[in-house]
Amino acid sequence: MNSKYRVLACVVALAAVAGLAGCGKKKTHDTGNTAPALTGPAPTAQLSATPTTITAGDQVVLTWRTTDATNISIEGIGDVPSSGVKTVTPSTSTSYHLVARGDGGSADATARVTVNPVQMAVAVPQDSSASNMTADEQFRANVQDIFFDYDAYEVRADQAGQLSKAAAYLAQNPTIKVLIGGYCDERGSNEYNLNLGQSRANSTKQALVQAGIAADRLRIVSYGKEKPFCTESTEECWQQNRRAGFTIDR
Amino acid sequence: MNPDSPIETWSEPRRKTAQRMTASHLRLPRLLAGIVLFGFSFGSLHAQDWVRTGSNLTEQRIRLAAADFKPLGGDPQTPSYKASFDSTLYNDLANAGIFEMVSKSMAPQATPGTPQEINLGQWAADPANASMVAFGSLSAASGRLSVSGWVFDAKNPGSPQVLGKQYNESASTDNARLIAHKFADEIIARLGGGINGIAETKLYFVSSRTGSKEIWVMDYDGQNQHIVTKLGSISLSPRIAPDNSRLAFSSIGKEGWSIRMFSLELGRPVAFPAGTPGGSNFSPAWSGDGTKLAFSSSRSGDPEIWVCDANGGNLRKLTAFHGPDVSPTWNPRTNSQLAWVSGRTGLPQIYTMDADGANIQRMTDGGYAISPSWSPNGQFLAFSWNRKYGPGAPGGQDIYVMDIASKRWIQLTHDAGSNDFPSWSPDGRHLVFERAIGGHAEIWTMLADGTEQHELTHSGKNFMPNWSWK
Repeated sequence: MNSKYRVLACVVALAAVAGLAGCGKKKTHDTGNTAPALTGPAPTAQLSATPTTITAGDQVVLTWRTTDATNISIEGIGDVPSSGVKTVTPSTSTSYHLVARGDGGSADATARVTVNPVQMAVAVPQDSSASNMTADEQFRANVQDIFFDYDAYEVRADQAGQLSKAAAYLAQNPTIKVLIGGYCDERGSNEYNLNLGQSRANSTKQALVQAGIAADRLRIVSYGKEKPFCTESTEECWQQNRRAGFTIDR
Repeated sequence: MNPDSPIETWSEPRRKTAQRMTASHLRLPRLLAGIVLFGFSFGSLHAQDWVRTGSNLTEQRIRLAAADFKPLGGDPQTPSYKASFDSTLYNDLANAGIFEMVSKSMAPQATPGTPQEINLGQWAADPANASMVAFGSLSAASGRLSVSGWVFDAKNPGSPQVLGKQYNESASTDNARLIAHKFADEIIARLGGGINGIAETKLYFVSSRTGSKEIWVMDYDGQNQHIVTKLGSISLSPRIAPDNSRLAFSSIGKEGWSIRMFSLELGRPVAFPAGTPGGSNFSPAWSGDGTKLAFSSSRSGDPEIWVCDANGGNLRKLTAFHGPDVSPTWNPRTNSQLAWVSGRTGLPQIYTMDADGANIQRMTDGGYAISPSWSPNGQFLAFSWNRKYGPGAPGGQDIYVMDIASKRWIQLTHDAGSNDFPSWSPDGRHLVFERAIGGHAEIWTMLADGTEQHELTHSGKNFMPNWSWK
């Protein structure tokens, strides 16, 4: 897509300074087949968010600590010091992802903040013209993650309400297509969890089909335990990760 | 339990016997332990049969000395090549699992470079007391590295030569290591009952050290780590073809999870359309003759085990049962059976079936059993098992080996992290596996009796290892 621009940029760079910097850099990236020399201890990273559930407009305090890292960044925030505290005000549910890179490799940590929409906005989903919410915000307010029991992929009875609300919203917005992601906690094997995530996404899809949503509007994908929302080894975090999540499929 | 299901379960007395035996022999020396468990009721002759034909690890180890090689030639790099060569050769022989190595501190200080220079009596005498001696010379000159190596029987001075080899490569530290691997494999094949050594084999694995999960490769001893794929998404489950030509793996892209192929001959991904269409596709597995690929696919709705030819043709579904089916592995000796993981009765268990999907047998009797790897001789399954899985249960996830015919098992790892993804070495004497401690996974190897556990990676998250076939 922008390869044309990249080529152009390289040509300009070449002509201007006879520098091989632009193109040369890309080339070494493609052919550099050797492991980076890893010297020194492996970095460690911790990241937490307090509180983990807020109502839109509230503040969240992010606290992080790393060791043996030279380059630390948080997605969406940018480069940060090796440890620190920052107050953020997410408008939607967000996973803050910290990556710490050092001479000894890299480490990452994730903290999930669930943002519940302001009550008034939820009350009138069908009257979208009266609402100030964008289509994305309305989608997130109405189509929310559902959670599963451990090693199970049947939709839990206490999640049925959440799904009915999602189905009602999707019925009113027939042009929206949905990608359903299946997620698992960190326990057990990568391969088995990928299948379990697939089954969670699929049973979620089947429940929406039962509720009258056309199957061809619903695409599913499994993330197994490869993309956790949080990384602590606690039952609270495991439950957060045993979920089906929804995004607009564009 | 559904009485119509084709599942064989263990009778209670049998399971108790296995547990009692496991408990009772823990105090015995480690190799004897294996003999006692598997040869318990058959007498000692059969017990030795098990050890020899089973793990290929013998009871009696040959006492072997590896002399430091004599440096020759004028290249100033010679001492550094020699140091790499000496340590690689010693480690390869020590890792083989069939030698009792004479420690360097017990060995004579001499560095005999030729058969004329060795004083065998010196090596046969205490404290070295070697039965065999490996020795020779290493020479670097004009950009070439040449090595002459011999193995002599120290207890047979009349006709001592067992092996003599010469090697010549361009001079580099990598080639000093390569020559040491080749010489070690010659020694292991000659003294280890004709089974080829593994010093030249490779380990493929997943690492996230660049920030995305990519497939990497390293030498069997953890040296020489290289990245293979550069897809920038998530790539998992590397499985190298028996002829080392192609690497199968699963990767997520625009169309979801597909089985992809990387040509090691061309150094780039190559098309494999059978791995893409519809649903999620995971966990490829090559048959031992390299003609077939099994994998898990949900293209028909529920995740099932599918099989196709190596070129993607002749695709067919083997399993048809509600619940996850994943992680197939072929019996590499017959290529007529597969083991895999199924969640059809709840928690995942290991099953076997014929290559046409018939004759399904359940192998594990409970807990959470995953990631089977079928041994090269067809006799054993290695797998990961949490025998007390459940909320609040204190069970550990450990590596086990099961004798398929009797369903008797031994536990190889104990009280150390969460262990998964065992993969057999081609000599059947070793296993590579992943061990996660506090969520931090690294690659480890051990002998097939659970001894001599070594960590091979030390940086970033490294997991899902797969041992090359040669």
